Amino acid sequence: MRLAIFADIHANRQAFAACLDFARVHGAERLICLGDIVGYGADPEWAVDTVMDLVDDGAVAVIGNHDHAISTPSETMNAEAQMAIEWTRGRLSVAQRRFLAELPLTRREDDRLYVHSEASHPARWHYVRATPDAARSLDATDAHVTFCGHIHRPALYSMSSAAKMTSFIPTNDVPVQLLGGRRWLAVLGSVGQPRDGDPAASFAMFDTISREITYCRVPYDVEAAADRIRANGLPPWLADRLLIGR
Amino acid sequence: MAKPAIAPGTELDGFTVGECVHHGGMATLWTVTHPGIPVPLLMKVPRVAEGEDPAAIVSFEMEQMILPRLAGTHVPGCFGTGDFDRQAYVVLERIPGKTLYSRIDELPISYEEARVLGGKIATALADLHRQNVIHHDIKPSSIMFRPSGECVLIDFGLSHHNQLPDLLQEEFRLPYGTAPYMAPERLLGVRDDPRSDLFSLGVLLYFFTTGVRPFGESETLRGMRRRLWRDPYPPRKLRPDYPPWLQEIVLRCLEIEPVWRHPTASQLAFDLAHPDQVKLTARSERLQRDPLSTVWRRRFNRGLTLPKPKSDVAAQLASGPIVVVAIDTEEGSGALNECLRRTAAQLLSTLPSARLACLNVLRLGRITIDRTLDEQGNNKHIDRMVALRHWAQPLELDESRLTVHVLEAVDPAAAILEFTRVNHVDHIVIGARQNSMLRTLLGSVSAKIAAEAACTVTVVRPPRSAVEPLAEEIK
Repeated sequence: MRLAIFADIHANRQAFAACLDFARVHGAERLICLGDIVGYGADPEWAVDTVMDLVDDGAVAVIGNHDHAISTPSETMNAEAQMAIEWTRGRLSVAQRRFLAELPLTRREDDRLYVHSEASHPARWHYVRATPDAARSLDATDAHVTFCGHIHRPALYSMSSAAKMTSFIPTNDVPVQLLGGRRWLAVLGSVGQPRDGDPAASFAMFDTISREITYCRVPYDVEAAADRIRANGLPPWLADRLLIGR
Repeated sequence: MAKPAIAPGTELDGFTVGECVHHGGMATLWTVTHPGIPVPLLMKVPRVAEGEDPAAIVSFEMEQMILPRLAGTHVPGCFGTGDFDRQAYVVLERIPGKTLYSRIDELPISYEEARVLGGKIATALADLHRQNVIHHDIKPSSIMFRPSGECVLIDFGLSHHNQLPDLLQEEFRLPYGTAPYMAPERLLGVRDDPRSDLFSLGVLLYFFTTGVRPFGESETLRGMRRRLWRDPYPPRKLRPDYPPWLQEIVLRCLEIEPVWRHPTASQLAFDLAHPDQVKLTARSERLQRDPLSTVWRRRFNRGLTLPKPKSDVAAQLASGPIVVVAIDTEEGSGALNECLRRTAAQLLSTLPSARLACLNVLRLGRITIDRTLDEQGNNKHIDRMVALRHWAQPLELDESRLTVHVLEAVDPAAAILEFTRVNHVDHIVIGARQNSMLRTLLGSVSAKIAAEAACTVTVVRPPRSAVEPLAEEIK
């Protein structure tokens, strides 16, 4: 089965719509959402409604720290993110907020684990910045592949049967077979706010039979998404950074 | 799940196991058959029992990832893989014959045979590098030849694929490979420079032409590290009749700094295919190793050999293309040749590792008996070479980046296309004449080349002002 896996949509309608189209054209049969549906972007209602519809149709979704912050105002965030969260909270309906609050922290499906940040302490929202963080996450699960997001930069880590680690920055559009003899942590880039220097939306496709993961990059109307952020009075940096992918 | 033991007669994913043909330290090889696959096959099964070398597993995983991605005549075809969670294996095309290791008792071989052999291996490496893979274990036992003569590279367990995770990257503290053939930068942890394979090929050529390994057989890290500062004895010291062009090529492959080696395997193959055109530098005549002062500077000035930031293999290969410029030396080609030179200069200024091959075709008559001398008794071939060098002179290219070639052919387009194919040319620059009687009679050479070449073709036309106005435009 072909999975399309999305992380960090961040209420970016233009980016998420482009990714969904791309995934369907490329034969996605099941959709996975790794959290942070809202925050930063200017279309939270659309983003939540879209994910709710997908989940009704069998998609899987887990909660991200921005989704969590909607119902738990004590969450510590930087000032711009905090402003966006407060603005978002005012935009969402009770049903939408309840949907976000009730998302699970992790979800296991066969030999795959889905989590927003990493597997060792999913509720503490640690970043997988480097190999030791990846090793900690891999030590905490026996899943063959863990899929996560949160850092907004794609990376692929593996741990051999002798607990040796490798790290890799994936090449766009080149499938990598996640070999059965080792365990893998696939860190996804962000759909709605990429931070690896490439403004194009980032997500991944995974084939459960061939065990091949392909990191994809989808160009979208960045200007329109940035204009929506400015037009809604959100911090201008949240719009500017979309244009440079930082 | 219980692992099926591999034995004669075992059925696995449609393959029927035959006999064991090799039992090595890292893997065993079995003949297998499959009803849907008509070529002879081998199944490679890693040794993964308790207490086995973990390198056997990791290098097998690398082959599992890389082999299915490779294509072409210079690698064995891959027909299936099995993963470790059931029974790990790869099924490969069985290449008949023995590896180059079987020649080890016949060394040294003749210079001409070494030249041909080296050219075939360099061509295979160029094809591998083009597919983003660096072999990292080039040595006689990883090299085979098809009955048709093409070199086939085998054993990709230590290879690096620039677009896939490198599982050997953090696995071993010490560089893993075959000590006598290992490039110096590998000792510094660099695994993404395709020129490491050119170094290993240089070791092989040195060994096959002198009978002596340039860096000995030391397997200790200390012994291996010497090559970071100590150059080998020039082959001419061992064999006084060693051809200067071959010493030039071999010592260039063995340069400590990758940047001093040939920029690409294609360029090395080009030199081996045209020994008379190899630019001889001080390297070609040397009888002594570098003076101690140089060696000490290398040894204690680490800046010279610091590892470079991660490279992009495809970008590096693209920066060192072989560019052909087809030049007409006939009267009246002045304006067009000027434009060709300007286009070539623009290309070369952005690609400092590119090399330029200037081509001219001496057209033979279909029926007449051609003379090599013109009416004045001058040798036409040499005249054309002189004219090509004259054309290239304003480019002020380093001699090692420039070659000139006069082809003799009835059909110029076919001759240029053949040269391009044999020499793995990346880019052809050719002029198109706007208004030529010949073009009307014979069809356009540039159009045929643009249509049929396997590489990029730039067709250059003189600016409008330099073109004679057409009759219709005058009216």
